Amino acid sequence: MDKFTKITGVAAPLPLINIDTDMIIPKQFLKTIKRSGLGVNLFDEMRYLDDGSENPDFVLNKPAYRKAEVLVAGDNFGCGSSREHAPWAIKDFGIRCVIAPSFADIFFNNCFKNGILPIALPQEQVDVLMKDAEKGENARMTVDLEAQTVTTSDGEVFSFEVDAFKKHCLLEGLDDIALTLEKTPAIESFEARAEMERPWV
Amino acid sequence: MSPKTLYDKIWDAHLVDATEDGTSLLYIDRHLVHEVTSPQAFEGLRMAGRGVHAPDKTIAVPDHNVPTTPDREKGIENEESRIQVEALDKNAREFGVNYYPVDDIRQGIVHIVGPEQGWTLPGMTVVCGDSHTATHGAFGALAHGIGTSEVEHVLATQTLIQTRSKNMKVEITGELHPGVTAKDITLSVIGKTGTAGGTGHVIEYCGEAIRKLSMEGRMTVCNMAIEGGARAGLIAPDETTFDYIKGRPHAPKGAQWEAALAWWKTLYSDDDAHWDKVITLDADEIAPVVTWGTSPEDVLPITGTVPNPEDFTGGKVEAVKRALDYMGLTPGQKLADIEIDTVFIGSCTNGRIEDLRAVAEIVKGKKIKEGIRAMIVPGSGLVRAQAEEEGLAEIFKDAGFEWRLAGCSMCLAMNPDQLSPGERCAATSNRNFEGRQGRGGRTHLLSPAMAAAAALTGRLTDVRELMAESEPA
Repeated sequence: MDKFTKITGVAAPLPLINIDTDMIIPKQFLKTIKRSGLGVNLFDEMRYLDDGSENPDFVLNKPAYRKAEVLVAGDNFGCGSSREHAPWAIKDFGIRCVIAPSFADIFFNNCFKNGILPIALPQEQVDVLMKDAEKGENARMTVDLEAQTVTTSDGEVFSFEVDAFKKHCLLEGLDDIALTLEKTPAIESFEARAEMERPWV
Repeated sequence: MSPKTLYDKIWDAHLVDATEDGTSLLYIDRHLVHEVTSPQAFEGLRMAGRGVHAPDKTIAVPDHNVPTTPDREKGIENEESRIQVEALDKNAREFGVNYYPVDDIRQGIVHIVGPEQGWTLPGMTVVCGDSHTATHGAFGALAHGIGTSEVEHVLATQTLIQTRSKNMKVEITGELHPGVTAKDITLSVIGKTGTAGGTGHVIEYCGEAIRKLSMEGRMTVCNMAIEGGARAGLIAPDETTFDYIKGRPHAPKGAQWEAALAWWKTLYSDDDAHWDKVITLDADEIAPVVTWGTSPEDVLPITGTVPNPEDFTGGKVEAVKRALDYMGLTPGQKLADIEIDTVFIGSCTNGRIEDLRAVAEIVKGKKIKEGIRAMIVPGSGLVRAQAEEEGLAEIFKDAGFEWRLAGCSMCLAMNPDQLSPGERCAATSNRNFEGRQGRGGRTHLLSPAMAAAAALTGRLTDVRELMAESEPA
């Protein structure tokens, strides 16, 4: 997994609540058997018109935001299905950090498995960051995972919370399957005990 | 011992390892797998030279991409869909997991097949790369959706890295009125809590109205826990649960059944357990409901009218404006005046035998409105066979419904069953998101009985009106 330490980049504002995973990556793109190449279809139905051309009004099609690395959005981001294609598409586009007042659980988890940092901040702080993002490409935001801070283009600093284990994995780019496999003896002793206690399982 | 919730009890029984920061390793009893969220996970195993830790606890079935038309033995026309189903076929056979291929009568939607075959049992941990895994919570199993990286993690280790969720109790007191169903309960709860109301929590549904539900109804309730933002939904097992399980192919038998039953009967929340959040609804006040917007929280009784964006606050004002524009609705418009083009009955929410019986009861001896496209997609091959045996299929066909083969179908339209732009659908599925059933498609979520009523009249309809008609004078 790619490490996430510190990024400074353009933040795109997407001030909608309940952005669901069908919006992030519609189902016709779930037919892939790969993880890569989904960035071009990120937010597909909002990003492209019926004839397939780009919708010039959509934020990621505007010249200032075509290389956005941060996304600032409304409440309950990533609700809906468990499709990891959503973070895959976000990452493939080049966005490494999503900031919103709240996230749906499964999406939130999936981000950490893919080197993306989701940050939940109070609504009033997200409002400030949304305004900052609306300034365009000269306004670059800094996200520092080690320090757990987001810094606006004006130098205003907000601190965020992050689970210690998830932070560690993201900073080091760790493969958590390898970490868990180190605990195989504990898994096997659990299985032996469970076989005695609940043999029908 | 300190009092525990049902969730706490299942959690504690599956804890392999816990670190001081609260990160825990949870053992997984059942891993359900479908073709959409698993190919990258199996590929990951291959690339790392890893195997499947417990193939006997892993169950695979293709459901999202499979055609549901009677000619499906011809194969899947769409190349990408076909490749995905073929990949599952190859992976299931190569890694030796339990597998129900497309041509097996037991094939169907993974969340219907699991319980039907007795794979899902009380007190288990169940995961699947699919958010509607919450369905299995109806058995008092801790069941939730995971992403593909986690699918790979479970395949490789049979465990999941988790942090403990909070406990939320949703109590439905009293009795439901005729014409009001499990679907109306679960939608009404989401209407009250919002789609983020359960975030970070596991919901336990309880109360008289829940106790009186069949297993099918309980699965409908738990299925949509995810639409309320919850990590999982749970219902404590009871005699209804045990009766459903007994005799199923993978249910315990003989002495093991007795041992299992003894443990299952300890699976309830203790009287003075701590709840982080409590919601209570009176079943007496629940009406048949429909959704009007593009979020499952946009729900109202069928007797209501389309709301005005100005009735809301915060980000919801803009969201409602956008939703009404997308849905082609005007504030003040009566919900029961909304004309529909299509009816979809099926999905892991409402594709079980009881759902089909409810539809048959409404449409028996009648015809669907001319010009309406209406399809019934059973949740599994066995549900389909049972419906045929009970004579339901004939009722549906006589009424003018298309009678399909099992699969996810138009719930998310990954197969050819899709809406066209602007096409309006009364659907028994679980999500009314923009584009969910096809680009530009408009979805109104409702119960199977309400969907049946809509098929007859061609508009969203209060099913209670039709029930009054069919009662003897």
